[in-house]
Amino acid sequence: MASITMDDLHKVYAGNVKAVTGVSLDIADGELIVLVGPSGCGKSTLLRMVAGLETITEGTLKIGERVVNNLEPAERDIAMVFQNYALYPHMTVYNNLAYGLRNRRIPKDDIERRVREAAEMLEIAAFLDRKPRQLSGGQRQRVAMGRALVREPEAFLFDEPLSNLDAKLRVQMRVEIRQLQKRLGTTSLYVTHDQLEALTLADRLVVLNGGVIEQVGTPMDVYRKPASVFVAGFIGSPAMNMLPMAYLREKGGGAAVGHLPEGTDLVGIRPDDLIVGAVDPAADALVLNGTVVLVEPAGAESHIYLSLAGSKQPITVRIAGLPELAEGSDVQIHAAREALHPFNEETGRRVASSAPASGSRTDRVHSTS
Amino acid sequence: MVDNNRWGNFFAHLVLILGVAIVVFPVYVAVVASTHPPGTFVRGVMPLLPGPNALENYRTVILEGRSRAGTPPIGGMLWNSFVMAMAITIGKLSISLLSAFAIVYFRFPFRIFFFWVIFLTLMLPVEVRIVPTFEVVANLGMLNSFAGLSIPLIASATATFLFRQFFMTVPEELMEAARVDGAGPMKFFKDILLPLSITNIAALFVIMFIYGWNQYLWPLLITTDPNYYTIVMGIQRMVTGGDSEPLWHLVMATVVLAALPPILVILFMQRLFVKGLTETEK
Repeated sequence: MASITMDDLHKVYAGNVKAVTGVSLDIADGELIVLVGPSGCGKSTLLRMVAGLETITEGTLKIGERVVNNLEPAERDIAMVFQNYALYPHMTVYNNLAYGLRNRRIPKDDIERRVREAAEMLEIAAFLDRKPRQLSGGQRQRVAMGRALVREPEAFLFDEPLSNLDAKLRVQMRVEIRQLQKRLGTTSLYVTHDQLEALTLADRLVVLNGGVIEQVGTPMDVYRKPASVFVAGFIGSPAMNMLPMAYLREKGGGAAVGHLPEGTDLVGIRPDDLIVGAVDPAADALVLNGTVVLVEPAGAESHIYLSLAGSKQPITVRIAGLPELAEGSDVQIHAAREALHPFNEETGRRVASSAPASGSRTDRVHSTS
Repeated sequence: MVDNNRWGNFFAHLVLILGVAIVVFPVYVAVVASTHPPGTFVRGVMPLLPGPNALENYRTVILEGRSRAGTPPIGGMLWNSFVMAMAITIGKLSISLLSAFAIVYFRFPFRIFFFWVIFLTLMLPVEVRIVPTFEVVANLGMLNSFAGLSIPLIASATATFLFRQFFMTVPEELMEAARVDGAGPMKFFKDILLPLSITNIAALFVIMFIYGWNQYLWPLLITTDPNYYTIVMGIQRMVTGGDSEPLWHLVMATVVLAALPPILVILFMQRLFVKGLTETEK
């Protein structure tokens, strides 16, 4: 087990395509870091650079105290779980697990013991003699995890390991991965495009966009205080509502708008923080009027899509249960002052509540851990 | 699969039976002819019913050969054919597997260029390059040798191309998983690519073996020593070799024997062969 240190990593593909530009990140020993972002944000490339499957164009990568830039994947002492599992189709599950150990010339009885242990832990002991094609998707996923587990590596790398599973299994495996990682305490790097998976799994979350880090932080920090418009829109579902400051000044009621810091011209409000119904005009809140466009029941909760009065700006409200709201009716909604996220449209960054908008690019790229 | 139309069925069977008859008839004639005494053929008519001399004819062919015509006993020729066909098959498979592996998995300068060069040789069948090839083989002193019989036929653009196509369908993640698991390129080739290609190898083995076994022109050109005659060219020597009328009953017995090994190869590898042609297991 070891820490992973990325220092100003760059990846430039042929034709000057920049996949990763200047990523610096310190991953502590035993931490589970989730890299999350939309497709093409460079998260997989970054993971593959750590794995050694992609060369590092610039920057240094350390696993433990060792610079591993020019080491083969096998020499880096990492184990990887692939999106499509990448099980060897002609080998039994046992041999799939044992293959990497045999290549490392580990004694036979040691291999036997480790494979049995991992199989036990992942509940695939009954399938050790089967071929991968005789297994279900979930079982294959476990075998792929087992192959990483038996290696007892310095770090686990997960490349969207759950994206080929159905929703129910995905939740189940997510929980198991989390428990397993906690129990083993192995440093892990986990790539996903699913923000919910990212929120639930991570010790710390790294939101990537366009090859740079948008924000690093604990899941709840990122959720509560998104550092940029991009993060605000990406983390959380339904996505955060973004309202122009000019509209709020003109049409918004309540005192809350006046308290927003200087330099704010875009205000984010999570659908969960919006409450349907009238509020005391003196309260420190933001009050808006709109027309119901659509009510979308989603089981325990409902999503109400509104069109704001005087702007046709769409806005989403999430409430518990099913509301008694007819489509086309006019409603008032409000949000508490603390629920407003101030952003600057030009920089795309969150506006600090004390000082006006600041924060250079390097400030946000470097993380503290 | 299709509808159960009675007339459709009837015509389908009719066409199939006609096809089979056309293919089988010459084989049948050969088998029948190999069972007749020498006198039968003098009249110039091929018999259509089996004769009484089967055992005797095959015994003569296998044990005595036809020394008069200058051909050795058939056993030696069958052995030569077998060695040549096996050498060609195994040589073709190993070389094309390795070159396809190189082309698909390695990035080296002029990779695409080399691929196209290999591909272009598809356009040059043995017959076209036979004179220069003969010259080269003669200068290297490989006339009348197994090396001369097999080596010039080993290079195979077809097999290289087929393996390349197959390797390209193998998910790249397998290679990456193997790299993470500590397998070098040759280990990956041996432990993962080869086992995955086994059905393709079997299919090509059958095709290549028959190709090698049926070589006629090339052995005819480079062997003058009867010890290196192959069975297929031996038949030709039997027909044209003597001063007298060809001894058709013995020729046909030889033909039947010559056809047996490829049939055996197909029978033994049929299951894998069909799998290799139809299934893309992943």
